[in-house]
Amino acid sequence: MSSPSSSARKRVRSSNPSTPASEDPLTPRPHGAQESSTGELQPLPTSPGTDLQSLAPQDTSLFSSPVPRRSGTYSPLDDFSPLIYDTPSRGTPARQRPDLGSVRKAPQVDLCSEPVSGKAADVTAPSEQNAGQKLVIWGTDVNVGTCKEKFQRFLQQFIDPTSREGENVSLDLNEPLYMQKLDEISVVGEPVLNVNCGHVQAFDADLYRQLICYPQEVIPTFDMAVNELFFDRFPDSILEHQIQVRPYSALKTRNMRSLNPEDIDQLITISGMVIRTSQLIPEMQEAFFRCQVCAFSTQVEVDRGRIAEPAVCRNCNTTHSMALVHNRSVFSDKQMIKLQESPEDMPAGQTPHTTVVYAHNDLVDKVQPGDRVNITGTRCPPDVLLPAPRFWKNSCSLCNWTSSDPLRSSTGIYRAAPMRVNPRQSQVKSVYRTHFDAIHFRKTDERRLHGLDEENEQRLFTEERVATLRELAAKPDVYERLSSALAPSIYEHEDIKKGILLQLFGGTRKDFSQTGRGNFRAEINILLCGDPGTSKSQLLQYVFNLVPRGQYTSGKGSSAVGLTAYVTKDPETRQLVLQTGALVLSDNGICCIDEFDKMSDNTRSVLHEVMEQQTLSIAKAGIICQLNARTSILAAANPLPHTLLSRFDLIFLMLDPQDEAYDRRLAHHLVALYYQSEEQVEEEYLDMAVLKDYIAYARTCVSPRLSEEASQALIEAYVDMRKIGSGRGMVSAYPRQLESLIRLAEAHAKVRFSDKVETIDVEEAKRLHREALKQSATDPRTGFVDISILTTGMSATARKRKEEVAQALKKLIQLKGKTPALKYQQLFDDLRAQSEAAITKDMFDEALRALADEDYLTVTGKTVRLL
Amino acid sequence: MPSSEDWINNPLGVVDGIFGKRQESDTNLADSNVPSLNDVPLHYLKPNSLVKFRCMVQDMFDPEFFMGAYETVDPSTNSKELRCGKYKDLVKSQQVDFNSRNIVTSERQTFYCVPIPGESQWNSYACSSQARVVPSTSYTPHRHKRSYEEDDDMDMPNVDSKRLETEAPCQNASSSHCSSNLDLNFPLPGERGPACLVKVYEEWDSFRLNDMLEVFGVLSVDPALSFIADDKEVSSLLDPTDTMETAEEQRAHSPPASLVPRLHVLYAQPLQHNNPLLPSAISEDKAFLSGFLSELNSVRGELLTYLTHVLLGDALAAEYLILHLISSVYARRDVLPLGKFTLNISGCPHNSSYTEQLCQIIQHLMPSSYRLCMSLHNMNNLPMVPRKDYTANRLVGGILQLASNTSLFLDETQLEQGQLDATGVRNITALGNLISWQKVDYDFSYHQMEFPCNINVLIASEGRSLLPCDSQVHLRPTVSPPNVEEYLKAIQLAQLPSHLNKYRVYLTVARLLDYSISEQVTKAVEEDFVEMRKDNPQSISAEDLHRMLVVARLLSLSYGQTTLSRDGWIKAKQLEMVRTSRTQQQECVNGNEP
Repeated sequence: MSSPSSSARKRVRSSNPSTPASEDPLTPRPHGAQESSTGELQPLPTSPGTDLQSLAPQDTSLFSSPVPRRSGTYSPLDDFSPLIYDTPSRGTPARQRPDLGSVRKAPQVDLCSEPVSGKAADVTAPSEQNAGQKLVIWGTDVNVGTCKEKFQRFLQQFIDPTSREGENVSLDLNEPLYMQKLDEISVVGEPVLNVNCGHVQAFDADLYRQLICYPQEVIPTFDMAVNELFFDRFPDSILEHQIQVRPYSALKTRNMRSLNPEDIDQLITISGMVIRTSQLIPEMQEAFFRCQVCAFSTQVEVDRGRIAEPAVCRNCNTTHSMALVHNRSVFSDKQMIKLQESPEDMPAGQTPHTTVVYAHNDLVDKVQPGDRVNITGTRCPPDVLLPAPRFWKNSCSLCNWTSSDPLRSSTGIYRAAPMRVNPRQSQVKSVYRTHFDAIHFRKTDERRLHGLDEENEQRLFTEERVATLRELAAKPDVYERLSSALAPSIYEHEDIKKGILLQLFGGTRKDFSQTGRGNFRAEINILLCGDPGTSKSQLLQYVFNLVPRGQYTSGKGSSAVGLTAYVTKDPETRQLVLQTGALVLSDNGICCIDEFDKMSDNTRSVLHEVMEQQTLSIAKAGIICQLNARTSILAAANPLPHTLLSRFDLIFLMLDPQDEAYDRRLAHHLVALYYQSEEQVEEEYLDMAVLKDYIAYARTCVSPRLSEEASQALIEAYVDMRKIGSGRGMVSAYPRQLESLIRLAEAHAKVRFSDKVETIDVEEAKRLHREALKQSATDPRTGFVDISILTTGMSATARKRKEEVAQALKKLIQLKGKTPALKYQQLFDDLRAQSEAAITKDMFDEALRALADEDYLTVTGKTVRLL
Repeated sequence: MPSSEDWINNPLGVVDGIFGKRQESDTNLADSNVPSLNDVPLHYLKPNSLVKFRCMVQDMFDPEFFMGAYETVDPSTNSKELRCGKYKDLVKSQQVDFNSRNIVTSERQTFYCVPIPGESQWNSYACSSQARVVPSTSYTPHRHKRSYEEDDDMDMPNVDSKRLETEAPCQNASSSHCSSNLDLNFPLPGERGPACLVKVYEEWDSFRLNDMLEVFGVLSVDPALSFIADDKEVSSLLDPTDTMETAEEQRAHSPPASLVPRLHVLYAQPLQHNNPLLPSAISEDKAFLSGFLSELNSVRGELLTYLTHVLLGDALAAEYLILHLISSVYARRDVLPLGKFTLNISGCPHNSSYTEQLCQIIQHLMPSSYRLCMSLHNMNNLPMVPRKDYTANRLVGGILQLASNTSLFLDETQLEQGQLDATGVRNITALGNLISWQKVDYDFSYHQMEFPCNINVLIASEGRSLLPCDSQVHLRPTVSPPNVEEYLKAIQLAQLPSHLNKYRVYLTVARLLDYSISEQVTKAVEEDFVEMRKDNPQSISAEDLHRMLVVARLLSLSYGQTTLSRDGWIKAKQLEMVRTSRTQQQECVNGNEP
């Protein structure tokens, strides 16, 4: 035992699997063999304490003294709770559930003083015995027997009709779901059964209601039921501890903001983002006391953070002789987690709320700061910050437990600590501290790693909403409607808006990894080129605000590192941490990059991989990995073509059309912007929220596939595109363009909520693609569409021109004879004088570079040397 | 007269009732009688008394659950009594029956409020000049009584009230000085004044971050509320892993009540403006409005003359400055803020304190303003964007966390050549976003959160500003005084305080006026645009039209006209034409420079 705390911690964890087998004196108890007539339910003294103690010989072999049964140092009534139970599980230790257990509300004092006889009410009657009687757990309407029966039935019978493959990969959908899960437990040995509350509700609404309202009573009952069932089925199974039921996705999923005092003590699922986690806190579950005089020892269970220290040794009757032996006490792990509202749930203009969550035992360290999680748990009853008669401050430094009554364990302490009110002042803050005890964590972004959209879980649309959306989708002009709802403040540019709309929907994700080709890009990338002041940035801002996982950066301000990922060293732990940049953050979203042309070449080159492979490879400071960056890129630039162009599916030029009718409409639009009231505007256009939902729904629920006709149409379209250029020796389309067409057609089918890509989708894709091409790939010198502008950033004629200049320059130099070096300016002037076409400095430089590439000459400063 | 039962069950209603009555009889009575935390030093105020506080919501804490009603047991008679737990922080613990079934758990929300950032001196002076007189006579007696009657925990030196009064300002200063270890989280550096934890009991969802509020509430300053942070021993015993809150968090959330008092809100009203010279609800006060509108034009003329002098005789720049000062974001269309009018005055003399003086003059006119020197050092080091500190669980203020209609004066003449580091780039981006979109992206470390704002940004620069702006005017001085500083001082001195007050009222009123465009004028404007484009498509773009519409709006408002007339449109057009031609000329001049 190296350090007290580690050993203490170990004890709980080390309930090693081998134990049950070795401690078989405890054969399965027959029902009702002991003093309790209830069969399943027995009073506390035989419960976890016993089981844990029976482990003791292994763990604490150092201590030879026999461990006596803890005996009541306080009234047996205190112990008597229906929630502490024992199940016929062949001695598999029941593990305490601090997630539930520490939250008993009913004060013991009240139990006595209450007119209803606490004891009588507290006893839960087994159903078989008192079928007619309605005995329930005190303060609830839960009848343990019925409840248990119902749950067992649920486990045995529930078949999930709407199961999604992602969740239960290997399970047979036509068999009872949870029985399969129990099989799994027996194989894997992880004694946790996650139960979807939605399933419970579908099966038995009343049971669900009870689960939500009285989780502290119902979940232990569930535990009991599961264990009975499990050990009936697998009597020889060896588990670390008894199976614990972890319900999740309580339908009453709340955002943090809507929590109110009524939610206290109920089972709630909230979502949020982890912002801080504490270190591990060992929380005392059972205190071990030994008499200083006669070495008699006793154990006291921690009850709601309090330890009733025995004042008198029962063996030798010495008063105040009992001392706490910390390293024989039982601790469990606990961790404080600060959860913050997810940014999506926030009303505008307010700051996010935070909530404290406690994770217990194996949920400790399950989440990291930055994780988005759904937490299911109980909202803890408020602890009034009672002034403790005495503060027990050093609970955590485990060596200082000396005396004082009542003792408080770590939990109790901190609850009292914040109200460090001077005892002399006799006043308390009337504020409660609340927290969540987590029963289940569910990382919402977990499955992003596996390449699945998980938003289908997250975005629960109500049926009415879906109906509205479907109704909208059925309208013939839905495409036009949606595109005009996009950034209504920006005038016209209909095709650009349509393009962006398709980008928002995206293509269908296809997986060819089995044939070795990996994933096909489904994301549509768009570049907006145009004169300054044509509301490109505004469009980008709009898109950024529309999509949930959007990022907005400016080419000027971002470095390659800021876009991809960088490695930092945590100052505290000296641990390397990978920090992700905009591209990774916008995975499954849209990354808006403004001032694309101002970006350094270095940074831009990073985009190559992202835009085609949709991944980011990192090799930094010993961290080598590949991150998903399945992001669509919407970039804006002032006209300046370059090599990245071919990776954009659509390139639009935003120019001023300059015609009178357009001007008039534009003016009307702008002036209207300034005099219309909010309501008028809203009437005219689709609500942004509707648009958001529409897109989210389509993205998650619609994945269109190509129909036969559509494939034919695509092939024809591609062949046509190739033909256009072939006559002039120019290539006008590449396979990439075909892929673009497919994506666009798929996206258009998504807009219609159609599962099939049809010819009309292909037609629109073709039209849009052509429009974009017409705008951007028209060679300004010839007026022809020339796709090679997109691939080389230079039209074929320009390329030809460049070669000519280089040749002319070479000739000129050769004419000069055997001069080893030439003056740069001189050469430039000579070339200009000789050539009939105007030669700019850029052209001259380019020609020099071309010749340098041929190893014909080198340029150093202002001199040109021949080689 | 409300009965005592009313007070217990519905104190808010009672207070509201009293308020209503008072406002009927005399609008100023309610305000002036209630001492204000803004100008009465905290130690003059009686605990648990009604005070008011003019403030900005700087941060919003988590909602707290408290005992809305609780039961006390009298130990002698064993009789129980139900009590209201609202509007107080502490209850007497001995007598409370914590197990009572009658305890009602209620919810309230805490806002961390600071005095409105950048509030000008004349503003607080104007407020306190009304209030100062009253407290000196009516509040010190309370203190005397209290100190004799009960033993107070706050150790107040027993000096006479006169001396206290004179000492008050410096005490204020020293308290803000010694609070350096306890950061009160003012967005602007060098601010002082009481920060306050405002506890709201109703409709807290209607409050927004950075709202300007006037809060009336019960003052709570019990020292028991403070977290004893400086006590080394205590904090070391307080194992951070063991507590729900870290020491930093407690320091931020339970600061000493003597520095950050608690205020339990009875009544809170959002402020349209923080100009003390105007009634707070200006649009309802028709009498005031019509009275002022009659002399509005003459005031405008005087202000224009004054500003022309200040801008070294440049009337055009003065005109634009007025437009800028009365501009305000009045609506947003998806991401586009309408009505903002960022002005860049270029051609400001370098190497002189001209910009500083100019800023001072603006500070004398606007209720709240701040001058940001864009020196390289400042850009690289100042925290501009508010940032969430997760350790302390609070929003750390930045310079750009300002209330609506604060005038932000960016002094670009102070910017020298050199390297901007990462912070510098972020700051410049933040300023650019502020100007273009009127929003600030607060840094929540794992994500950013967008907060819309409404800040008048004025950029003074030598050449064209590196930041975007709606309108740029190149200063063309017609006078060249040998000593700019003295010249400006002389101009300022020439203005009577009554004049200055008129200007101040004018600027606020003009900003708050409603405005509309009639159908007819709309048509005319459209025609005009098409016409202009016909002649020369390059001459006017969509963006120019945007700007012209804003200029027309502001120009009309500056004359007190609430609809756009044809004349107004033509005037706006002409104004814009003069300005653009000047800018073009300036560019030519620059182009010819070697």
